[in-house]
Amino acid sequence: MLSRILKSREIWFSLIIVLCAATLPVYVSGYVLGLLTIAYYFGVFSMAWDLLFGFANEVNFGPSFLIGLGAYTAGILDSLYQPPIFICVLAGVAAAMIGGVVLALPALRVRGPYFGLTTLVAVLMLQNFVVVAANLTGGEIGLTVPDIISVDDKVNYWLALGFMTISGLILYGLSRSPVGLILQASGQDTVQAGALGFNIVKHKLAAFLVSAFFSGLAGALMVFYLGAASVTTFVDVTVGVQVIIGAVLGGRRTILGAVLGAVFLIVAGEALRPLGELATFIVSAVALAVILAFPGGLLGLMRGSRGAS
Amino acid sequence: MLFWQILIDGFAISSLYALGATGFTLIFGVTGVLNLSHGSIMVAAAVAAWAVAGTFGFGAYGGAFVGIATGFVLSLATYFMIVRRLQETRSIREEEKEIFILTATLLWGIMLQEAIAYLFTNNAKTVLPIVDGVVSILGVRTPANEIFTAVICWAAIGCLWGFVNRTRAGKALLAASMNPRGVTLLGFELSNIYIAVWAVYGALAGIAGVLLGMFLGVSSYSAGPLTASAFSIVVLGGLGSVSGSLIAAYVVGYLETLTAYLVSPAYRAIPALLLLVVVMYLRPRGLMGRR
Repeated sequence: MLSRILKSREIWFSLIIVLCAATLPVYVSGYVLGLLTIAYYFGVFSMAWDLLFGFANEVNFGPSFLIGLGAYTAGILDSLYQPPIFICVLAGVAAAMIGGVVLALPALRVRGPYFGLTTLVAVLMLQNFVVVAANLTGGEIGLTVPDIISVDDKVNYWLALGFMTISGLILYGLSRSPVGLILQASGQDTVQAGALGFNIVKHKLAAFLVSAFFSGLAGALMVFYLGAASVTTFVDVTVGVQVIIGAVLGGRRTILGAVLGAVFLIVAGEALRPLGELATFIVSAVALAVILAFPGGLLGLMRGSRGAS
Repeated sequence: MLFWQILIDGFAISSLYALGATGFTLIFGVTGVLNLSHGSIMVAAAVAAWAVAGTFGFGAYGGAFVGIATGFVLSLATYFMIVRRLQETRSIREEEKEIFILTATLLWGIMLQEAIAYLFTNNAKTVLPIVDGVVSILGVRTPANEIFTAVICWAAIGCLWGFVNRTRAGKALLAASMNPRGVTLLGFELSNIYIAVWAVYGALAGIAGVLLGMFLGVSSYSAGPLTASAFSIVVLGGLGSVSGSLIAAYVVGYLETLTAYLVSPAYRAIPALLLLVVVMYLRPRGLMGRR
């Protein structure tokens, strides 16, 4: 399995890009680094979502439920007791994984749009909870966290890049492994995959847990990068929408494409910021055009052009 | 007193929810599409009515007419520019089309929302009401507009019922929701039926949007919550079942009004969400679902 992954051209290509990206702090400003740091965390969100949708075929409208659980658990723990950061992050991951099980339970019962709605409700409930329990969570104003990982842009940048690379390798490896194939089979035809003797429940649950693990970890780390948690950065439905659009735009069922899409969304949104409200309009229009014209997404487009040449 | 107030207010809000959700469920029942730009189309209709009636000074009736026309045009644009292209393409596998339509309509909804915010700012806007004044019902001072809203909503739903059950085109539409292939075999052009459904949907969403603008007011921020509430009402009632949606609209409308009056307006959305979760666990196909 490992040898097959190492033979894949995409992985080498991606690693070269990562190496180039690692040298960026030498010649770009802290502003660009900060932007890319956020973009890398979003890349992990999108990859984790792609594992659930692209492979297990579960339409999860609630990636920000898992992200928000991880982020807020870590943030609240830190603001209350100030334990070492890694304990807060671990707690955030644990909370997100419990959230993953909560999401997985309806997924084993209901399908398609019904499951999609359940996940959407999960996000809305979390959002309502954060606003209502304001003395714990900071409510709509947000929660300020006393500790941060580092004040140095470069350290934060490399940490985010390294985290994204390792997550990407693990998720990509998983998606190409027998487990990934079984997930894909169960996503396409649950009954037949079950008839072939695979334990669908176990595999789906595992997919939810893995997705929750990376979403929660990325969310918790992002809190300690930003030094604050708020509904609009972690829980709001629009955050989830951005994660989903990133994954579909980059090319679903590719894992690596999700990073491409997410980074594009964040960077393009920031580059067009001088245009004010038109920025989101243009980014959405471009994403819609890509989806309509090239359903394979950005990565599909690159693969296609390479195949043609 | 409070009881009657909740009863009357809840009725008006629920009727509005019912009208909004009916169009949404119609589209799903006949074409199998969940249109996530629903809220944006409603807001666009309301904002168009607001601009024409207020800023350009064409009066309440002119505004309402342009608002409904806006809903109609945007709905057909959604169908022709996005949904149809995705439905007919061969480069996406059938089982994946659903997520593509969801993502694409979502993006389209965001585009509409941002365009509205850019052109008309994202301040809350209240459309010039067609009827003014206050009426006293059972000792409750009720704005006449609230009664007007409920009446128009039910008139529109009644027209839809008449159209579906009493006309040839409506019956074809009903048949298409039951068995699309059968309808094709009987010589009906399926794409014509789809165009008709989207046209009807556009008019319903336009009416619902304009009434919402008159009753509660809208801003570009309300697009997302409007889609979410229509979606949850429709799932609660059972996807594709119009009567289920009507019942669910009243359940959600009254739950929200009760919470807002008796507990606190801040918690108004929570009981309906909890109910939804319970229904999803105990009866995943919804109250009146067919499957």
